[in-house]
Amino acid sequence: MSETQVIGKTPQKAEEHPMAKILRMDRIPHIWCSTCGIGTALTSFATALEKVNIPLDHICVVSGIGCSGRIAGYVKLDSFHSTHGRALPFATGLKLGNPKLKVVVISGDGDIAGIGGNHLIHSARRNMDLVVLCINNFVYAMTGGQTAATTPLTAITSTSPYGNYERPFNLPHLAASCGAVYVARWTCLHVRRLAKSIEEAINKKGFSFIEIIAPCSTIYARRNRLGDGLDLMKFYHDNAIIKHGADTRELDIGYQDKIIVGKFVDIERPTFLDSLNAWNKKVLGEKFREYGGPND
Amino acid sequence: MKFWRKPLDADKIQIPHGELHIVWERCKGCSFCVEYCPREVLELSIEFNSKGYHPPVVKKPDDCVKCGLCEMLCPEFAIWVTEKEVDKVES
Repeated sequence: MSETQVIGKTPQKAEEHPMAKILRMDRIPHIWCSTCGIGTALTSFATALEKVNIPLDHICVVSGIGCSGRIAGYVKLDSFHSTHGRALPFATGLKLGNPKLKVVVISGDGDIAGIGGNHLIHSARRNMDLVVLCINNFVYAMTGGQTAATTPLTAITSTSPYGNYERPFNLPHLAASCGAVYVARWTCLHVRRLAKSIEEAINKKGFSFIEIIAPCSTIYARRNRLGDGLDLMKFYHDNAIIKHGADTRELDIGYQDKIIVGKFVDIERPTFLDSLNAWNKKVLGEKFREYGGPND
Repeated sequence: MKFWRKPLDADKIQIPHGELHIVWERCKGCSFCVEYCPREVLELSIEFNSKGYHPPVVKKPDDCVKCGLCEMLCPEFAIWVTEKEVDKVES
């Protein structure tokens, strides 16, 4: 049904959404559940893109599989919907194939930390020039709510009906200890801070990792009897503590516990391509021609 | 907007005024915008849309100051604000 006819009830205007130049409005409404936080994370990303001074042709979005993996299909940018857990290798290839691109990986916790965990640590170790937005909703939501690598202790999931007993990942600490140059964590409620953080990460050279805590109403909140996404948003409002520069070792998330958010790491380190060019120049001398892209 | 006296910086600071646009059929009734609107401009409607959700309706249209928080929080891209004429400060 057309929007122009039904937009009604309130001011009668059928203009387009201001983010329509970044989003594929013909694909909306999206598949995410009511009160899911992934849409909010996407609006923050779109807001950040409006502010960064990079032409949209030079920004690529890569995502893996999962609820958040659908983002690649909803953005009007060059985007990849890659295989499960392999968003980071795809993005690495894209970046090395054309270093002029700004590659943003948006995917879920199951994709980046669970199945693609090895790719995460190696991309961070090499300091690939990528922006990783890891949308953490604590479960494998799309496949039915199995225990993920980030499920907090004692939380109930479909594969841990008596509570989870596996220690979850502390994602900012993992990324920071592997060598990420920009590490932050925000919840879906901190939309403006998140947008600013994404903007900083896009402008930063090197491996930037932002964990976004998102409410999952249908799977996580329902099984744990936490209400819906709005209740989780209220929970974030009451329990998120902003602590910039906090020690990443203390950022574990317990079940319905305080969540420390903020920007934790912001350092400078040579990226993979910088190291490659510098080292080969040192070893090969004049023979080596710096790699800067396919047309160089 | 009316104040009890004219503020000293009234010529410098202009309060923006927003006009809300809600896509009735796209909304999934999460009520993030209703809950987090700092001026409590919105409320959930009593009517359903065709999906069976209660989209928000504008309760106090004159109070909107175009902060854009509803636009950023909406997971469905179903609400946005555009700038309306700038309010004159009266005393």
